[in-house]
Amino acid sequence: MKKLINRPEDVVREGLGGIALAHAGRLVVHTDPHWIARADAPVAGKVAIISGGGSGHEPMHGGFVGPGMLDAACPGEVFTSPTPDQMLAATQAVDGGAGTLHIVKNYTGDVMNFEMAADLAHDEGLAVEQVVIDDDVAVKDSLYTAGRRGVGATVLAEKICGAAAEEGRPLAEVAGLCRTVNERSRSMGVALTSCTTPMAGKPTFDLGDAEIEVGVGIHGEPGRERRPLATAREVVETLAGAVVDDLPFARGDRVLAFVNGMGGTPLLELYIVYNGLHRFLEERGIEIARSLVGSYMTALDMAGCSITLLRLDDELARLWDAPVNTPGLRWGA
Amino acid sequence: MGRVSAAAGVVDAAGVTVWLRTFAAEVAARRDELTDLDAAIGDADHGVNMDRGMQAVTAKLPTAGEAGLDGADAGQARPDDASLGALFKAVGMTLVSTVGGAAGPLYGTLFLEMGKAAADRTTLTPAEWAGVVSAGVAGVQRRGKAEAADKTMVDALLPAAEALRTAAGSGASLAAACRAAADAAAEGMRATTPLVARKGRASYLGARSAGHQDPGATSTWLLLETAAATLGGGAVGDSASGEHAAGEGS
Repeated sequence: MKKLINRPEDVVREGLGGIALAHAGRLVVHTDPHWIARADAPVAGKVAIISGGGSGHEPMHGGFVGPGMLDAACPGEVFTSPTPDQMLAATQAVDGGAGTLHIVKNYTGDVMNFEMAADLAHDEGLAVEQVVIDDDVAVKDSLYTAGRRGVGATVLAEKICGAAAEEGRPLAEVAGLCRTVNERSRSMGVALTSCTTPMAGKPTFDLGDAEIEVGVGIHGEPGRERRPLATAREVVETLAGAVVDDLPFARGDRVLAFVNGMGGTPLLELYIVYNGLHRFLEERGIEIARSLVGSYMTALDMAGCSITLLRLDDELARLWDAPVNTPGLRWGA
Repeated sequence: MGRVSAAAGVVDAAGVTVWLRTFAAEVAARRDELTDLDAAIGDADHGVNMDRGMQAVTAKLPTAGEAGLDGADAGQARPDDASLGALFKAVGMTLVSTVGGAAGPLYGTLFLEMGKAAADRTTLTPAEWAGVVSAGVAGVQRRGKAEAADKTMVDALLPAAEALRTAAGSGASLAAACRAAADAAAEGMRATTPLVARKGRASYLGARSAGHQDPGATSTWLLLETAAATLGGGAVGDSASGEHAAGEGS
């Protein structure tokens, strides 16, 4: 293991300390339990939005806290769900009187910990709605599995719901919008290398020098299949093909195209992927109306990327364009 | 066991304290074994997470002679509060906030629901104990939405609760009823090996999850086995040495 850390057990605490210092004045980082809030929370009369999950996916979610996006984020240990006391403390603190939306990625631990937090919050008379994001087409969705994982659509839902909340929309509408974003989004990822968690100290899975894992999850979960390394064009065809066929996206659709880096892939390569994606969609008559390219939802040091498409309408495009001012995503502010 | 329940034949705070300390020691001793089971079909942290949670519970349990939980923090039971409801609730909240993953909410819910059912009672007869455990198991099923044969801790909990009810209903002593529950849990645990997981991270593996004993069912069997060894004075059966967890699934 070759990492810029001090001790493996201090990774989350020291990382949060850095976030607090780097973004002092914009973010407040609470300890025992851990949660990150925008400095001006609670915002009176505004629906509050909270997300959370294991650490190791930065900038998600702490880097998306700020005006136009999240009110608070709850980081767990690396690749481990946060616990209900974190979400309860954050909910109590950022509730501005209009209720709170919890955006939850579909992993068994995350879902159960957020459900317990909602139960505890309801016991205290707080209004909480939860929406579970499950956009990863690599996982077969059936009654006999934990269902599809929540990946790239989470970033898009946090941005779009954040904008709607800033406009003063009520909790039910903001939650409904979150479900709409989830229903219209599909994603799939690929790994070129494994990732290494600090506590394990060795790669999560073995992948040969000339192999790729197609359909990988953001914790290194196995994907659909292992294949020989291919060109960027071929990888785009595999990922985008699976994404387009699943919804399905069709000729005439206007989409938001999100090419996400997994943490160990250079931006240059992500733009090569975006270039291929643009061509792939153009050939099928699908128009990219908005785009996002960069490492926004990472898996520690994993090399690879994911492609997310969201079918837009005028309303979603307008909310996407609204000002946002967070460490991880910022425009119009 | 050097210490036994203050009142023989019923569940009380002193007996529960011994039980949970024993469970914590077993989890610590088998930490790597539980983690290895999890590595095969999950994310290799079950032993580490359960050990962390039970160490936190142990730190809050009263030392011998005290009745309730030794907690100065708000919301925790005080030493002079010997109700089983408060004790189980404090255990549940501690597990929920320290274990993490899926096991935290599930074990936390088990104890929180047992706490609700036990309420302000300070002792429970075997039949009442069976009802309290059944309420906890129902809570776990609601939280995890798992049915029998999904390859989860429910596969050990459901037969254990049923065995406990049956034994208590036929007038068995607390020790004998807890022994029946532990043996049923062991059988349920072993039966998870050939199953294909339908819940949790193991379900992503599909058919590849078969052939491995479920780590959650294994820690659940430990919980019930240590109950049998401690509650009601303990009734050490053939399986009390705990050979069930080793050598399975290969």
